[in-house]
Amino acid sequence: MTLELDCRGQICPLPVITLARRIAEVPVGSTVTVLSDDPAAATDIPAWCRMRNQELVSVSAERYVVRRLI
Amino acid sequence: MADVNDRGYLDAASSEPLHPAAREVLLAALESGWADPSRLHHEGRTARLLLDNAREVVADALRARPDEVRFTSSGTTAVHTGVTAITAARRRTGARVVHSAVEHSAVLHAAAVAGEPVEIGVDRLGRVDTSAFAAAAGRPGTAMAALQSANHEVGTRQPVALVAEACAAHGVPLLVDAAASIGREDVPDGWSALTASAHKWGGPAGVGVLAVRKPVRLLPRWPVEEREDGLAPGHPDIPAVLAAAAALQARRTEAAELDARHRAWIDGLRKRIAAEVPDVELTGDPDDRLPHVLTFSCLYVDGEAIVTALDAEGFAVSSGSACTASTLRPSHVLAAMGVLTHGNVRVSLGRGTTYDEVDRFAQVLPGVVARIRAEVGL
Repeated sequence: MTLELDCRGQICPLPVITLARRIAEVPVGSTVTVLSDDPAAATDIPAWCRMRNQELVSVSAERYVVRRLI
Repeated sequence: MADVNDRGYLDAASSEPLHPAAREVLLAALESGWADPSRLHHEGRTARLLLDNAREVVADALRARPDEVRFTSSGTTAVHTGVTAITAARRRTGARVVHSAVEHSAVLHAAAVAGEPVEIGVDRLGRVDTSAFAAAAGRPGTAMAALQSANHEVGTRQPVALVAEACAAHGVPLLVDAAASIGREDVPDGWSALTASAHKWGGPAGVGVLAVRKPVRLLPRWPVEEREDGLAPGHPDIPAVLAAAAALQARRTEAAELDARHRAWIDGLRKRIAAEVPDVELTGDPDDRLPHVLTFSCLYVDGEAIVTALDAEGFAVSSGSACTASTLRPSHVLAAMGVLTHGNVRVSLGRGTTYDEVDRFAQVLPGVVARIRAEVGL
């Protein structure tokens, strides 16, 4: 399964907070897609993945795909 | 709310209070240094003497010649002047201005106005890629290069000596922005131009330094008059310049002691924060760094909220998070490093900082972070 979180219009740190809160809704191995137009998300979503040991699968055009690993 | 007299000012990297030695000199020079130093009368010559004295003190600190040192109206002006005038003088060679991605915004802005900026990336610690920088500086059409002595936001020292060697090999002038380190540690030799700002070492605001080695050529793009070789038009603020020199001289005698103290306190603070604040990213090089700066970012924390909460607890800190900037963009330094940009705090120690302030900050911080996280349910 996959979950899509539309965070467009939210500014930092809200997109990362939303991702952290909702990732538990998908099983380990599945992905969450975050839509964000916040310039800080380009740095902060990859940084969150690194700090929380989750996998950043892809980034394209304000679309961040994250795989739940733990 | 903490007593206003009981505050911990931990933002020395933004500005330090006036050094007591500078205050004395400033008051005396207001009485004796007001005349026009370019006049030949007694009052003018007195002013000139004070200005020459200040120039010698600053030149000595930079291991430069007095006639290579010019005073500007700020560190930002020194950068703008140096970058644009050196690039203009090299227009036959080209317009490329090579610089690291983590320079002060004054350098980025000046490079964009002066020519074609060529940005060189940094690693996770904020240190520029030396070989990429050297290769870019060696490419045809390069007017100049600019590299900071150390990063003003995260404290990481830059490989100035190596980059200077590479630039010299290609005959490319290198401007070193030393604003973050002058007065605290020596800058490696090899620069063609060097800039600094007095209020960062305990001098008054409104005094910048632009040192340019001879025979590096400069072509100011504004009406040129005789003062400061046309690089800083107008009557100089001699009392402020002299006070800035006095502060720098005093700081040099205190530098070794302050260095040891600040290094130990920042090391201790770094370890305590790593141990006591969960989900925190400590940024910058832990060892090869400025003595007095520590930057960290806390997950799920709003930058403005943490600066405001710490202020209410009596601590002055700065932040590179987007919500603390008017542009809503995070610090270009943190973004270039690829470290967390929200919940960012920079702590920087000054000569007046006490261990008690640092210790109290370390005690208060975990609770402040936990409280802000609790407000968003994390």
